[in-house]
Amino acid sequence: MANAKVFLPLIAFMALVGLLVWGLKHDPHAIPSQLVGKPLPHFEASRLLKPQQQVTQQLFKGHYSLLNVFASWCAACRLEHPVLMDIARRHQIALVGLNYNDRQADVLPWLRTAGNPYQVIIADSDGRLGIDLGVYGTPESFIIGPDGRILYRHVGALSMKIWRQQIRPKLKQLGVA
Amino acid sequence: MIRAVVLLIMSVVLVMSTLAGERYPFTKQQQRQQFLQLTQQLRCLVCQNESLDASNAPLAQDLKQQVYRMVRQGKSSVQIKQFMVARYGDFVLLKPQWQASTWLLWLMPLLLMLIAGMLICGIQRRQRARRHNNALQPHQANERTIE
Repeated sequence: MANAKVFLPLIAFMALVGLLVWGLKHDPHAIPSQLVGKPLPHFEASRLLKPQQQVTQQLFKGHYSLLNVFASWCAACRLEHPVLMDIARRHQIALVGLNYNDRQADVLPWLRTAGNPYQVIIADSDGRLGIDLGVYGTPESFIIGPDGRILYRHVGALSMKIWRQQIRPKLKQLGVA
Repeated sequence: MIRAVVLLIMSVVLVMSTLAGERYPFTKQQQRQQFLQLTQQLRCLVCQNESLDASNAPLAQDLKQQVYRMVRQGKSSVQIKQFMVARYGDFVLLKPQWQASTWLLWLMPLLLMLIAGMLICGIQRRQRARRHNNALQPHQANERTIE
């Protein structure tokens, strides 16, 4: 006597399995940026390599930029460095560095040897601009629009794969080539 | 003279609190309490199961410094939490706030208990009905046991 109710636990189990499989695709550690769609926070900082010059959020107006948060103490930043050099060489987007919780004396030797992909590097020695940007996992890269709005954030080292599959499509979508 | 004595006492207190390992010195007990509460209620985003108070991660140190600054400035706990949520999202609060997006989260245990309770009542009622039916037909039960 086949009572259909017998299948209820199986159906419930399959539903649970479906839910858990869907959950596996999500990174539980990832925190989406609260600032996407919002303008860059107001800031005043000096340039890392030209400390007598001050910059503000006005630096980003009028063109698209890739703001890359990096530091000399950050191993993953070394890994993504070649990708940044490549972006600087080949692509039509301004690369701005945010040197986060770091010192010029520690960064300079590294950039001299490995090369400097950035058009401008903002010095954030106490990490306060990083806090205002919601930085939690260096390196991070932000796409900034010509009106100074934050359009996208990627947490973690860039790779050519991430560039091709995530960043570049986003830029194409925005019409930035 | 009095000014010198006051200055001396204040220096001694500051030195002693530093020696005692107080990394974030306060002159007001109320602020010290507020700081402790906040750092225990805010999440470390690197070691995400720990509070800022418990975590040794560099980001936790930076955020604690930020909380310290804001407490010393006399900001309220609500303002400081809003500051953090604006930058890191609701997740930075260890205890989810009571708001439209979290009603389900908060009420789920209660809802589940109610549903479980209703299911149990339903099952018991059916069992009672079955037992009642069996009691009404005793001759059938006797026939079975004879075998």
